[in-house]
Amino acid sequence: MNLDLPILLTAVAVALGCSIIGTLLVLRRMSLISDAISHSVLLGIVLAFLATRDLASPWLLIGAAMVGVLTVMLIQLLLTTRRLKEDSAIGLVFPLLFSIGVILITRMAGDVHLDTDAVLLGELGFVWMDQTSVLGLDLPRSFIVSFCMLLANLLFVGLCYKELKISIFDAGLAASLGFSPLLLHYMLVSLVSLTAVASFDAVGSILMVALMIAPPAGARLLSNSLAQMLGWSMLLGSLSAVAGYYLAIMLDSTIGGCIAMCCGLAFLLCWLLAPERGLLAAWLRSARQRVLFAAQMLAVHIANHEGRPEEGVECHVANIAEHMHWQQQFADDVIGYARRQQMLREQDSILRLTEEGRGIAEKLMLHG
Amino acid sequence: MSRHVIPAIKVEDITVAYRETPVLWDVDVEVPPGVLMAVVGPNGAGKTTLLKSILGLIRPAAGRVFINGKPVNRQRRLIGYVPQRSSVDWDFPTTALDVVMMGRYAELGWFRRPGKKERELAMQALERVGMTDFANRQISQLSGGQQQRVFLARALVQDSEIYFLDEPFAGVDVTTEKAIVAILKELRERGRTLLVVHHDLSTLAEYFDWVLLLNVRAIAAGPVVTTATPELLARTYGGRSAYLGGNQAGEKVQ
Amino acid sequence: MDWLATLFSDYTVRIVMLGCALLGFTAGALGVFALLRRQSLLGDAISHAALPGVAIAFLLTGSRDPLVLVLGALVSGWIGTLVVSAITRSTRLREDSALGIVLSVFFGIGLVMLVIVNKLPTAGKAGLSTFLFGNASTMLASDVRTICILGLACLLCLFLFWKEFKLISFDPQFAASTGLPERLLDTSLTTLIVLAIVIGLQAVGVVLMSALVVAPAAAARQFSDRLFVVVMLGGLFGALSGVAGAGMSASIEKLPTGPVIVVFASIITVLAILLAPHRGLLPEYLRQLASRRRIETQRVLQALYRLVETDPDPYRAHDANVLQVVGLRSARHTIAAMQDLGWVERTEDRGWIRLTQAGWLEVQRSVQQREGPH
Repeated sequence: MNLDLPILLTAVAVALGCSIIGTLLVLRRMSLISDAISHSVLLGIVLAFLATRDLASPWLLIGAAMVGVLTVMLIQLLLTTRRLKEDSAIGLVFPLLFSIGVILITRMAGDVHLDTDAVLLGELGFVWMDQTSVLGLDLPRSFIVSFCMLLANLLFVGLCYKELKISIFDAGLAASLGFSPLLLHYMLVSLVSLTAVASFDAVGSILMVALMIAPPAGARLLSNSLAQMLGWSMLLGSLSAVAGYYLAIMLDSTIGGCIAMCCGLAFLLCWLLAPERGLLAAWLRSARQRVLFAAQMLAVHIANHEGRPEEGVECHVANIAEHMHWQQQFADDVIGYARRQQMLREQDSILRLTEEGRGIAEKLMLHG
Repeated sequence: MSRHVIPAIKVEDITVAYRETPVLWDVDVEVPPGVLMAVVGPNGAGKTTLLKSILGLIRPAAGRVFINGKPVNRQRRLIGYVPQRSSVDWDFPTTALDVVMMGRYAELGWFRRPGKKERELAMQALERVGMTDFANRQISQLSGGQQQRVFLARALVQDSEIYFLDEPFAGVDVTTEKAIVAILKELRERGRTLLVVHHDLSTLAEYFDWVLLLNVRAIAAGPVVTTATPELLARTYGGRSAYLGGNQAGEKVQ
Repeated sequence: MDWLATLFSDYTVRIVMLGCALLGFTAGALGVFALLRRQSLLGDAISHAALPGVAIAFLLTGSRDPLVLVLGALVSGWIGTLVVSAITRSTRLREDSALGIVLSVFFGIGLVMLVIVNKLPTAGKAGLSTFLFGNASTMLASDVRTICILGLACLLCLFLFWKEFKLISFDPQFAASTGLPERLLDTSLTTLIVLAIVIGLQAVGVVLMSALVVAPAAAARQFSDRLFVVVMLGGLFGALSGVAGAGMSASIEKLPTGPVIVVFASIITVLAILLAPHRGLLPEYLRQLASRRRIETQRVLQALYRLVETDPDPYRAHDANVLQVVGLRSARHTIAAMQDLGWVERTEDRGWIRLTQAGWLEVQRSVQQREGPH
């Protein structure tokens, strides 16, 4: 299969570009802006195409980027009227722009290779239909475009890394330091639009959202810093792209869809297995900690009642289960555990703290 | 506290944890019937959490709650609740009267619509909080104080024995604050029990007769005069967290 | 306009329009709850998430029975909402990311399956891909029957549990404190929203169905402050968009139904935001303008009063520039307006202004009002 490599590389370039920019979106809580933009850029492409009648025209990119920015501005405009909340504003703007785009396509451009299926699906398999010569090499145009977009995204993150970091974690500080959050915001929005157009041919509009959100979301569960998250996100994104490509060949189905599936799978794995924040880790921790935690609660309980008149009732071995609202079996386990850990001792069926146990209770209550 | 009277609210060793961080540690409180009790403590002391876990809105990791000696789930009819004003979206398309009538929904039961009787009860409640003129106002057009009065009216229309109020004085004007206090005191005179999350120590003695000092654990509970002592208050507010129980008193924490 | 004539004479088209009216009504009415609970974008995720359900239902049963497909869509849309809430509850990710993941990944799975389904010899090709952008003209009487049954069931539930749904949408904590099963009600309401979305998929398509949930509701909210009225209006606007969109696309060639419906719904919304009597932007602007004029008029009257306060002749003329000296820059327009009211007049010789009798009375009234009753 001679054609494999460029297609695969295109998919990886798209995935890398999307996961870089997506990381910023996820952190800035703008994930759904990618959904909105990926839909509405269609209108820009169609308008530019109708004006130039050339699918390869750079005006398509420019038109798409402009409509992408317009989308965000319209959402902002609706919000400033204070008649709608943010979710409704987003949900109102992009379907309208997208609908106009779809209507224009079906009415006026239906005969060229720009139809609604291509919009939704994209088709990596077709990238060879449109090729350009660079440095004497014949390469698919999509590959070149998405590779350039990847470079642009890398450049943006590289140059504005510090500013982005501050604006994500402390918008107030960023403004007071003189970074214009608005400028950064619109630069980001423009890049999302451009990335959307560049990825359009390859994976289609909606599946691009999968590449922009799922890898960064998975990466968020694996990392503790922006740099780590960018790294993980690029790794997850490109792995999903490669896996999706081969899955598509196996299933003989759409490459974009399979890539989206693999993005979902990658996220699912992170969600389940992430070392600290995964479901499995949390479950293991809570199982381990349930008894420990209960023993600590018991220590605090005893510390609260020790040496007081009610001690005989509150701290009596036979009453613990009832007072702590535990099953008898669990209460026995906890008391057994606490005694093995030298936290408690029993005196005439009354539980008392050892020095160590008191230390634990004290520490817990101090650090609440 | 007398052991013969069944306490209106009995909180038994409640511990609440979000993820692995405890918010309430082994809180043990009894509220005798017919008192107007404040819950005070610094931010993050777990005041709202305590209220919510008493009402069963949060599942505690351990502990139990009794209302008049029975588990809270069987005593819902006895409970009136005023949540924090900021917990709802006031742009909701509804009127003050309508919000007050919501206090009757549980009593009405399934499939029955509020009718003339509910409307009258709601109007009476609005009158008690001085809001008759605003009955048909959309709720976003009300001031903060007026919104709080509407919430109070909704609790009044529940005609409960035990009331839980979460920061009823937050962001309200002085007139409203006085009006609310008057109503709370009137309810107490009629034998109701009230547990109120409160922020302002300077009005504590003037408004309330009992107090619970809370900072992750219950520092002390009892009549305001004997409980809100400088020493105990300092223990409640001194540093982020509490002191350890009686035998360790005096040992300062960061 | 002959397409209008064919429209209402053609039996099939009338059936289709009835279906679209009902699904529009259901989506618009339930959409109000989605709007108030800030679940507008959940609708977007649900409609995309429904696609694999449609494909699986077809793969499993081999049937194009609308009820089967809608059921498949319902189940997978519902699973989508569960995944969204599981992600937000158990991780540090925000809801927007959870929605984005569910939306795109489920949709991807759906597309992969659709491509596989379309390769099966049994698949009516046009059948399943209409679920992307919707095509009302492919709706059969049986489809419309399904829409009617499910839509009416939805609305009936909404009617039966009206006060409970209202309460949990406004104040879920209070609802729970009174002993209402808040979780269960919350899930039921979300399920109804999912149902309202999936019955519209065939006509509007998964890509755009969410707009039919958002737009009519957003428009309706501008017109009233009563929940019942808002819900009814939401339904009405939804039905209108549905009928208009279906009618147009059925009678004009090469016009996809979903996008046309969305354009109609959006136009209604934009008009509502601009023109709705109380909340509309234009009425608000006019109100502000009027009140600014009123205040300005009062200020000019006060200024004139001060000029003639101690004068035995209150009707003495003054140079209008005096007003500008006391800081009434925009006085010129106001004076013109007051001339129209007959409160002031200009002298013929120098164009100075003086109060008329009516103006003098107005001045005294305004002064009294300002000083208040003693």
